[in-house]
Amino acid sequence: MTAASVEAVSVGKVFNVGTRKQVDALVDVSLTIQPGEFVSLIGPSGCGKSTLLRVFADLLEPTSGTLSINGKSPRQARLDQDYGMAFQQAGLFDWRNVSKNIELPLEIRGWDAAKRRARSQEMLELVKLSDFAAHMPWQLSGGMQQRVAIARALAAHPPLLLMDEPFGALDEMTREHMQAELLGICAATSTTVVFVTHSIPEAVYLSDRVVVMSPRPGRITTIIDVGLGTGRNDDTREASEFYGKITEVREALRGAEFGVGARGIEDR
Amino acid sequence: MTDAAVVGLDAPTPGARRALPVRRALMVPVALLLFVLVWEGYKAIGPADGGTIFGWKLIPRSNDRAMPHIVDMLRRFGRPEVRGANERTVLAVVIAATWYSLRLALLGFVLGVGTGLLLAMVMARFNLARRAVLPYLVVSQTVPLIALAPITVSWGGKLHLFGFDFQKWMSAAVLSAFLAFFPISVGALRGFASPKDSSLELLESYAASWWQGFRKLRFPSAVPYLVPALKLAASLAVVGVVVSEISIGLSSGIGRLIISYYQDGTSDPAKVFTAVIGAVALGLVMAGLVAGIDRFLTRNRPVEAGA
Repeated sequence: MTAASVEAVSVGKVFNVGTRKQVDALVDVSLTIQPGEFVSLIGPSGCGKSTLLRVFADLLEPTSGTLSINGKSPRQARLDQDYGMAFQQAGLFDWRNVSKNIELPLEIRGWDAAKRRARSQEMLELVKLSDFAAHMPWQLSGGMQQRVAIARALAAHPPLLLMDEPFGALDEMTREHMQAELLGICAATSTTVVFVTHSIPEAVYLSDRVVVMSPRPGRITTIIDVGLGTGRNDDTREASEFYGKITEVREALRGAEFGVGARGIEDR
Repeated sequence: MTDAAVVGLDAPTPGARRALPVRRALMVPVALLLFVLVWEGYKAIGPADGGTIFGWKLIPRSNDRAMPHIVDMLRRFGRPEVRGANERTVLAVVIAATWYSLRLALLGFVLGVGTGLLLAMVMARFNLARRAVLPYLVVSQTVPLIALAPITVSWGGKLHLFGFDFQKWMSAAVLSAFLAFFPISVGALRGFASPKDSSLELLESYAASWWQGFRKLRFPSAVPYLVPALKLAASLAVVGVVVSEISIGLSSGIGRLIISYYQDGTSDPAKVFTAVIGAVALGLVMAGLVAGIDRFLTRNRPVEAGA
């Protein structure tokens, strides 16, 4: 059996250890994500979902527990570029055209120019932007920029994709369109995805499992199996199963807040 | 929803973003003409011996000694430097002096930009270096150039590096660089620190080295900060050369020429202004050079408001 994409056992993260500003950002987080899975992290602001993602990415070091990414230490996984990352802001470099933006991680890896260009074209086809290779980022709409960011994250063909509210800044129509695109891309590349979001319908629509988190201290309260199947499309959004799962996640979030309405969660 | 609809037909394309070059080129003669009109206009209506407001001598004199006619200045270019002597014309002398100072200013500019960038890079890389060096940079600019100029000459006179003797003109270039590096180092330092956290995280997630991060992210991010810094550096390089020529007594440049023509001012007022025009031309050439660098650096970038 291949190694789990993410294997976290009792991971904790404390900021400002030993000072008056000490914060328990993550407490006793245990989570195993299998290759090919799509897992969303959802919870109110301050529940540590973005922190957890950064711990997976080795941008933050856990203060306790053990963590392995693709069967390696997080640091080794980062050095090997075993994962790609996408943020809420597409974060494309203004001075590079679309194609050059996608080539960035490959340049860092020291690929030669011909190989980079070929891969960049392949990625542009994947995100359906082949006609925009020579455009500059500021000539693209927000949704298109985010697609370029996803292409960049996947350019080195990493087995794992870490996404921090990547569609948070998009309008609702573009957002649903992008969700469908992302599922297609993941199916085509069999990439494992960890997806941080504020939106319940987004988490339910995209995920195999939804991890519900709660704040103070940041921890996992419930993990919900969604299982809407591989044939998800726009009709799925109107199915009663879909609404059932949305209700389940919402109730889990309310429970996480001890009956107080969950803050910072979008119901749309 | 098609992609073409998303991007919009009015999406700007690189060449069309800037004002028409013809219109820009026309601005220079128009500005010159305006200046000539204001100068000659004031000369026509202003009091010949100036005037006072509430006892303050505020209104400039408009007589031929203080404000010669523009035509006289231009004519003066064509005549020899010393009346009666069959020597080089003023034009030839001014051009030679301007060319001499321009080379020094260019050298000072290049040295200053290089030093400024290097310092900013070291300060961006090492926190300790920033805290140790930055205060000294700020203090360095409070030392008057006039005070510094003789010191560099006397120190330089004792230098014999790699078989070369330190020449006086090198002092002028060094002092010019001394003024020019400051805006570059401060601007570049801010620019190198300007990338967003998410961009830095992105590079960290690629396990990029500091040098890769510098080349791919920090330096390009600093360009919008460098453009105004380069403009400042260019004009400071000119000021540095002209002032240090005067204060160290470097006789071949335009700075010294202004002083020596000024001494003939009472008998030959138009001559003073020929040297001033040379200094203005020097400034304009440097400004043009920086505008060229600016265009090169900001090609393919969105135009910022007010830029």
